[in-house]
Amino acid sequence: MRKYSIFAVAREAMRGHRGWDKQWRSPEPKKSYDVIIVGAGGHGLGTAYYLAKEHGITNVAVIEKGWLGGGNTGRNTTIIRSNYLYDESAALYDHAVKLWDGLSQDLNYNVMYSPRGVMMLAHNVHDVQVFKRHIHANRLNGVDNEWLTPGEAKDYCPPLNISKTARYPVMGAALQRRGGTARHDAVAWGYARAASDLGVDIIQNCEVTGVRRGVNGAVEGVETSRGFIGARKVGVVAAGNTTTIMDMAGVRMPLESYPLQALVSEPVKPIFPCVVMSNTVHAYISQSDKGELVIGAGTDQYTSYSQTGGLHILSHTLDAICEMFPIFTRMRMLRSWGGIVDVTPDRSPILSKTPVPGLFVNCGWGTGGFKATPGSAHVFAHTIARDEPHAINAPFSLDRFRSGRLIDEAAAAAVAH
Amino acid sequence: MSGTNRIAGKGRLVPARTVSFTFDGRRLTGVEGDTLASALIANGIHLTGRSFKYHRPRGILSAGPEEPNALIDISRSSNTHTPNVRATVQEVFEGMTAQSQNRWPSLSFDVGAVNNLFSPIFAAGFYYKTFMWPKAAWKHFYEPNIRAAAGLGVSPKEPDPDRYANRFIHCDVLVVGGGIAGLIAARAAAETGASVVVCDEQPELGGALHHEIDTRIDGQEGFVWAQEIGSELAGMDNVRVLTRTTAFAYQAQNMVDLVERVSEHFANPDKLVPRERLWQVRARRVIVATGAIERHMVFAQNDRPGIMLASAARTYLNHYGVAVGSNVAVYTANDSAYRAAFDLKQAGIAVPVIVDARSDVDAGLLAEAEALGIQVLTDHAVVDTKGGLRLKSVRIERVGGGKSRTVEADALIMSAGWTPTLHLYSQSRAKVVWDEESARFLPGKAVQEMVTIGACNGTDALDALLEEAANAGMEAARLAGFAGASGYRAPDAESLTSRRGALMGAAPGAGPETTVKAFVDYQNDVTAKDIRLAVREGMHSIEHVKRFTTNGMATDQGKTSNIHGLAIAADMLDKPIPQVGLTTFRLPYTPVTFGAIVNHGRDRLFDPTRKTAIHKSHEALGAVFEDVGQWKRPWYYPKAGETMHAAVDRECRTVRETAGLFDASTLGKIEVVGPDAAKFLDLIYTNGWQKLAPGRCKYGIMLREDGFIYDDGVVGRIAEDRFHVTTTTGGAPRVLHHMEDYLQTEFPDLRVWLTSTTDQWSVIAVQGPKAREIIAPFVEGIDISNEAIPHMSVREGTVCGAPARLFRMSFTGELGFEVNVPADYGRAVWDALWARAQDLGACTYGTETMHVLRAEKGYIIVGQDTDGTVTADDAGLSWAVAKSKPDFVGIRGMKRPDLVASGRKQLVGLLTADPKQVLEEGAQIVADPNQPVPMKMIGHVTSSYWSENCGRSIAMAVVADGRALMGKTLYVPMPHEVIKVEVTDTVFFDKEGDRING
Repeated sequence: MRKYSIFAVAREAMRGHRGWDKQWRSPEPKKSYDVIIVGAGGHGLGTAYYLAKEHGITNVAVIEKGWLGGGNTGRNTTIIRSNYLYDESAALYDHAVKLWDGLSQDLNYNVMYSPRGVMMLAHNVHDVQVFKRHIHANRLNGVDNEWLTPGEAKDYCPPLNISKTARYPVMGAALQRRGGTARHDAVAWGYARAASDLGVDIIQNCEVTGVRRGVNGAVEGVETSRGFIGARKVGVVAAGNTTTIMDMAGVRMPLESYPLQALVSEPVKPIFPCVVMSNTVHAYISQSDKGELVIGAGTDQYTSYSQTGGLHILSHTLDAICEMFPIFTRMRMLRSWGGIVDVTPDRSPILSKTPVPGLFVNCGWGTGGFKATPGSAHVFAHTIARDEPHAINAPFSLDRFRSGRLIDEAAAAAVAH
Repeated sequence: MSGTNRIAGKGRLVPARTVSFTFDGRRLTGVEGDTLASALIANGIHLTGRSFKYHRPRGILSAGPEEPNALIDISRSSNTHTPNVRATVQEVFEGMTAQSQNRWPSLSFDVGAVNNLFSPIFAAGFYYKTFMWPKAAWKHFYEPNIRAAAGLGVSPKEPDPDRYANRFIHCDVLVVGGGIAGLIAARAAAETGASVVVCDEQPELGGALHHEIDTRIDGQEGFVWAQEIGSELAGMDNVRVLTRTTAFAYQAQNMVDLVERVSEHFANPDKLVPRERLWQVRARRVIVATGAIERHMVFAQNDRPGIMLASAARTYLNHYGVAVGSNVAVYTANDSAYRAAFDLKQAGIAVPVIVDARSDVDAGLLAEAEALGIQVLTDHAVVDTKGGLRLKSVRIERVGGGKSRTVEADALIMSAGWTPTLHLYSQSRAKVVWDEESARFLPGKAVQEMVTIGACNGTDALDALLEEAANAGMEAARLAGFAGASGYRAPDAESLTSRRGALMGAAPGAGPETTVKAFVDYQNDVTAKDIRLAVREGMHSIEHVKRFTTNGMATDQGKTSNIHGLAIAADMLDKPIPQVGLTTFRLPYTPVTFGAIVNHGRDRLFDPTRKTAIHKSHEALGAVFEDVGQWKRPWYYPKAGETMHAAVDRECRTVRETAGLFDASTLGKIEVVGPDAAKFLDLIYTNGWQKLAPGRCKYGIMLREDGFIYDDGVVGRIAEDRFHVTTTTGGAPRVLHHMEDYLQTEFPDLRVWLTSTTDQWSVIAVQGPKAREIIAPFVEGIDISNEAIPHMSVREGTVCGAPARLFRMSFTGELGFEVNVPADYGRAVWDALWARAQDLGACTYGTETMHVLRAEKGYIIVGQDTDGTVTADDAGLSWAVAKSKPDFVGIRGMKRPDLVASGRKQLVGLLTADPKQVLEEGAQIVADPNQPVPMKMIGHVTSSYWSENCGRSIAMAVVADGRALMGKTLYVPMPHEVIKVEVTDTVFFDKEGDRING
């Protein structure tokens, strides 16, 4: 792999950029692999990368029914934070934040991790109680998260409306300074390039149509639109489509899929310096490096596989944005889109072995999987390579729904991820 | 004079009606009806902006919503700045301030243009390959600088003073697009009596008739016909004509969203008139007649000011009476540009040459050109252009090379063909289909109740279009239930305009070179070589190409660039275009103001404010309110000069010493009625209800399927078949949904009906030793003696003459009643009770005091002391879970191994070693305060107050195995100290519980 650097760019500039290699190979599938990852999103590609890099397992295929990075990886609002309440979640998401910091250098691909701070607004006494609980727990877990008064919140984010007469006045905020954003496409591409370079085959436009199991029940490979591909281990990382694929292996998943929408405004000069989330009024906003305001909405109320949703959902979100940031009313919505998010009963992910030998699953990230990408991929690779979970993802097992050992962040905090 | 480039006798504006405005501080004159673009061109101004990345000087490309270049900041005052407004759409008004963007210090001298020198470096996606060293520099240096350079306009800095409106309407037939096809379809549908809405984004109907002056309909100029049929439609009772109205989204079930620009073109809009109005139209049938958008030619240096679409030049001439130049060259691969050239020539403008990339050109057109004295070079290409801030010359070569010649020109108009406008069609979730013969994507099979007609349907021939439109109108009406034959007959029409010819991707003249700048996406500075680079780097999906190059992601969303980008990528991939595929058409069609979508949902109307019927009395009493969900609840009632702390202490003391009045109306109330009501509650709650006698109440908890506490409340049995259920304030709507969900899906055989009565009852809690004395004079028909109405009873009678349900219950641990009266009587009853209560020395108390008093008694608040991870047993409520019931919601969940395991967090009381110290709610609890981070946390403080009645602080907490730790010392590590606490039970006051029995 040719290293990316300013010198390489300058050199190529002189010869019309003719010398760049393909960022990833597009090989024909081999007959079999040691490991097949189903789903070429950030989590899947990352898993392949860490399998190759940290576990020496390079005979790996990542199979994708569409184009790599085309699912929720390329459709989310790119918020990164780790100020979760429970020890299990804090460990998982903080593992990811530690990997985010340095990911560009590790992959030699600028994923533009931008720790500009994520500020979560409290609008009532209940919010204050919940956020304080988070801050105390985070402090004792070694995760940064601090309380801001309304005035301090305004200093950190000048467009914020802290008027006491607002419908839901800001009573304070929790700020995680290491939180921020990253460039979503670059994450998928960076992992794809690095994994491909280590020997991983990325096979796009290849839809899984079945999971073959042997007489002993163990996985033997997957049927695809391009024929059977064998593997002793299969990791399913297919977000909203996980249920369908796991069904093929005879595993019923505790998941529901919902459409989730987002939108961007037309680009403007820098006006919004950080990420702001308000769960009470449902507003999630940051400004991209290109200048667009990136705004997340809530999920639709009904389950669906349709990557679209109603205007009333966007309207609800924009109401909240304009209420919190009244200067934006004249801005314009440029583009909106939807993704399918897979939600578990406790709204925490599943990173787990399954009842089927050789079959592993990484899913259930709901509305907040992007932030976990490197951490999730890292521990999932460990789980597949060693056939046992990493200490960090052990609590996120599939059988917790049977035992009741739930990690219910949303119930605990009424917080969307 | 309204500009030097106005051509006398051309156009449809009235030159005498002048309008003055400023552009970058320069005072200019336009004419009423001008767009900003036409007014600027009239004044000889083409340079209107700078591109996103290279800051290249850019002019006006189009005359419509597809404009990528001429983005302007428009304002009428300091608080009405709107960035990125397309000059080709915005109408000028008297006093308008227009400012160019993305340049410093000025439009003609822009320091940012230095980027252009570095453009070899700034290739597509270069930023993914660099800015990685040193690591910290991304956050502190690279990113801030990239951010500052990016963006286009400047965000508004002040709140928006304007209003926006919203309408929901239904109609039989919605016609999107008021060109020939749309108007005929609308007219045909309207004739049947069907209700019709027709919308068009322009101020005037007519669509392409704005520029196609050669099209004659029923013997008159097409545009005139369009206005006539427009007024005819507007005059019909069953028709609504909406101009300046863009259909921007096609949603499920034939819901189409439109936005109308109501007053942005007025100099002094009436304050009562909204700026924009959102129309959400549910139509039985939708007719999409959105036309087509002309593409530019992709060749070297195709972006100089003065280079524009041929149809735009024709529109400026024929509609606005403005010449886009004095010496206008043409580069085309489509017949329609010839008509533009002929119109210009006939208006006296020099047309030095028509360069046609095709070798096979219609002989009639060539003859006409010759007759007008215009030189036509077929099989030729424009290979370069010159000119700094305005086009000066073009260089022409035969396709495939050869000797080149330079032709002077101050404008170059171009056409690579027309792209059907499929945005709405595609948003309706229908698939587009590649038409090999005409080499374009066309609509396939509709998936909603809709049809596409006219240019967007690929119907080019005028005769066919007329018939298609008339039939579509009549058919839509018929399908909407208007069977009567439409007497409407399509008009006769003829036109000279032909749109034959299509060129997708790089034109001859773009060159295969990797150094030539042939722009595909003007605004985002995406060139043909960028697209080739993306493919070379392995971006083989069109979605990858789009994201890697940002082609089609600018504010015009690729209206002119997407097809070109696709064709170049397909060429590189050596695949046919349909195999590469289109990117998704995302809504909105054109950018939509947040305000229009938000419309009335601002300030007070952002979210409904719920107030109890007694709210005004609370205000009169000086209450401070707390937001609880949508409700405003009295938090505390400070007397003059009293702090919150002092007020709450006083209220707490008074309730226990005398009595207090509390407005409990916000608690959720559900009337559960029917022969199987008790059976149903047995399934919903953990405890049993069959044996509860009418007139008695019981505290109940309900679980979610997973076995954790969902909600709680007191339920009174009013009659055998009637229960009065109460829920938490926040839980009211979801508990009703939860019950309905189970009733309809799991227990549909039960004869039970659920009605929300939260807003129907006002609830006044009267609590304290003097509670009975306070209510006694007002109660009729109920014996309120302790024997007749013991604790946890309910009776019906009247209070203050109002029909009432009187509950004997308590959330304070004192003797208490809850007076339920119909909400209309609530305030009068409160006022009467308060008058007497006051005389007896009682107080009013708010939610804070309520919280303290219940905590003194160890009563939990679901959502504060529980959080969705707490079982009934964790909360010390196993007594409320029936042991013998075979089934209820959550019974399986609560028996799962982890929910019955040891070590679960249990609700306990905490007392600080220092009685004056009040713990912080949410603070974490550890057994060993000296362990290193990350610490092992064993619980947290759920409720914590100063208790005036106990004379010390009290707290509740959930702690692992808490009930086994009674009397033990635990620690609460705070940032600057460690607080020592003792574990106790949760009852801090009146442990014997005698007071409740009065």
